[in-house]
Amino acid sequence: MSTLAVAAPSTGLARRFANLLYRRPTLLLFLLLTPPLLWLGLIYLGSLFALLVQSFYSIDAFSGVIVREFTLSSYAQLFTPANLDIILRSVLMAATVTLAAAVIAFPIGYYMARFAGPRLKALCYLGVMLPLWSSYLVRVYSWKLILAKEGILTWVFDQLHLSWLLNALLAVPVIGGASLSVSYLGTFLVFLYVWLPFMILPIQAALERVPGSLIEASADLGARPWLTLRKVILPLAFPGVVAGSIFTFSLTLGDYIIPGIIGSSRFFIGQAVYAHQGTAGNIPLAAAFSVVPIVIMAVYLAIARRLGAFHAL
Amino acid sequence: MVTAVQFNAVSRHFGAVRAVDNVSFEIEDGEFFSMLGPSGSGKTTCLRLIAGFDQPSAGEILIHGSPATGVPPYERDVNTVFQDYALFPHMNVLDNVAYSLMVRKLPKAERRRRAADMLELVQLGGFGQRRPAQLSGGQRQRVALARALINHPRVLLLDEPLGALDLKLRDQMQVELKALQRKVGITFIYVTHDQVEALSMSDRLAVFSDGRVEQIGRPQDVYEHPASEFVARFVGVSNVLSGQAAERITGSARAFAIRPEKIRVVGDHEALGPEHCLVTGRVTNSQYLGASTRYAVTLDGGGELILVQQNMRRVTTYDCIACDTLVRLGWYRDDVEWLGGSTAASRGAAT
Repeated sequence: MSTLAVAAPSTGLARRFANLLYRRPTLLLFLLLTPPLLWLGLIYLGSLFALLVQSFYSIDAFSGVIVREFTLSSYAQLFTPANLDIILRSVLMAATVTLAAAVIAFPIGYYMARFAGPRLKALCYLGVMLPLWSSYLVRVYSWKLILAKEGILTWVFDQLHLSWLLNALLAVPVIGGASLSVSYLGTFLVFLYVWLPFMILPIQAALERVPGSLIEASADLGARPWLTLRKVILPLAFPGVVAGSIFTFSLTLGDYIIPGIIGSSRFFIGQAVYAHQGTAGNIPLAAAFSVVPIVIMAVYLAIARRLGAFHAL
Repeated sequence: MVTAVQFNAVSRHFGAVRAVDNVSFEIEDGEFFSMLGPSGSGKTTCLRLIAGFDQPSAGEILIHGSPATGVPPYERDVNTVFQDYALFPHMNVLDNVAYSLMVRKLPKAERRRRAADMLELVQLGGFGQRRPAQLSGGQRQRVALARALINHPRVLLLDEPLGALDLKLRDQMQVELKALQRKVGITFIYVTHDQVEALSMSDRLAVFSDGRVEQIGRPQDVYEHPASEFVARFVGVSNVLSGQAAERITGSARAFAIRPEKIRVVGDHEALGPEHCLVTGRVTNSQYLGASTRYAVTLDGGGELILVQQNMRRVTTYDCIACDTLVRLGWYRDDVEWLGGSTAASRGAAT
């Protein structure tokens, strides 16, 4: 009797459709993948390609009209001292932020992955993610208040009788300034704060995948904790550090809001792109500027690959 | 004899859980010592205490006579073969094996040479350049062994090292491990839940239950003279009879154990002397196992016995005793193992 029930033809359109998909898995795959592939391929990569094309056009100096002829003049402009300055400044800032974020994120991620119990871990996740839920602008402006000359940080330093330290820091040539909110130091702090979660989460995820027995095995074979960190934990967590640094590095490299609000009003790449495509209307140069982070990231990933960052993946 | 490892009233409590509870024993130098028990019985915790991954809540552990409390794993002359092997996935096999030599900053050429020798010893010569992921389970196990042995530790700890292997390979590795231990002459402390492994390889073994040691002895002692009902049931299969059922057979209500292979089916007209116990019962189940047949028999006087008969000649269905057949069973009185005190007997009588 039961065999009859199984063999009975399925009724209903939804059921017949479901059975069709069961018989033709490739059709299912096609239906599932087409929308995201269209999005990724056409809109995302397409616009990137359009940008690349734009960067090879030039702008007529008199009329301000874009000349649609292949030229490398926009790229040549990148190498003028003023623009090179912008690129160098952005890259240095992104590198410093990335390095500092990695140094701060590693112990936090390590604690979350290895020591925190389930409750505490949930709390840590919340603590790391919570800032991401509120508006980025609100947070940056809050930092402006914190870092201002009359701000809370100055007050704290005052109360601790450490004003001399703050003043010494602000007196350092390039990175200092009248107050933290108008110095590179301030820009750096805010960048570090804003992008830190993007470093913590991948590092934590990578450390979570390192079996505890590997760390015990290393100790068992005579390695002290520092050597275990260098020879076992860091190499295995390296993909996570690279993933996190891709976020912090590229996000810092392209950001135009933070340096506009906090810091010495000298341009970063993002601001240059914004200015050139907006007020100046020089889309080719803006496009050329936006290619810079892409190239830098490509070089960076190639180096990371050489270093074996993806061996353990 | 020199004592390799000594436990003096060692406890390890995790909150309210007594993982190891007031355990004392000694392991001699050069001995193959097994810690046998079901999961959660405290055997792995004991191993971790010896390795130094964990510290006792109370009591003292001596390794080669010196107190181990507070000594970190990297300062103990003890190496471990982990249950999951714990091979470093980002290093090739040679670097894995040479890891402890690298830690000791030996010259690179010597590290290479000694690691290659060690791989040769575990029959993995020529596998040095592979990554752990490219090896089979059995090969990984050998690499883990080589890595732990390269430093000539005085004690080697093995945490269920054969657990992940299939049956054939496990049998083969049991023989090889024992041979290797004889060859290198190192104290092996072997944790397992598999009684066959423990019996076949150990010089002595400790049976763990609920954080306590139930019995320590040579495999023959533990199997033939189990100290408690738990040991009788956990190491091999035992028929444990107590209360009235026992009284009808032996004349005493005291609980006793009899091994299935020591019981035989007695012919209808065969007479047995007073050195035998004789019972009658009805076959309730028979399982053909190839080399042997296993019967469950419900006794006329109450209680049930399992017995195993070797299939010495080829078996046809005709030879097997069918269910519901009445049988006479006999065994030597000497083969009976009396269990515990009166508590076991009263417990048996109550049920």
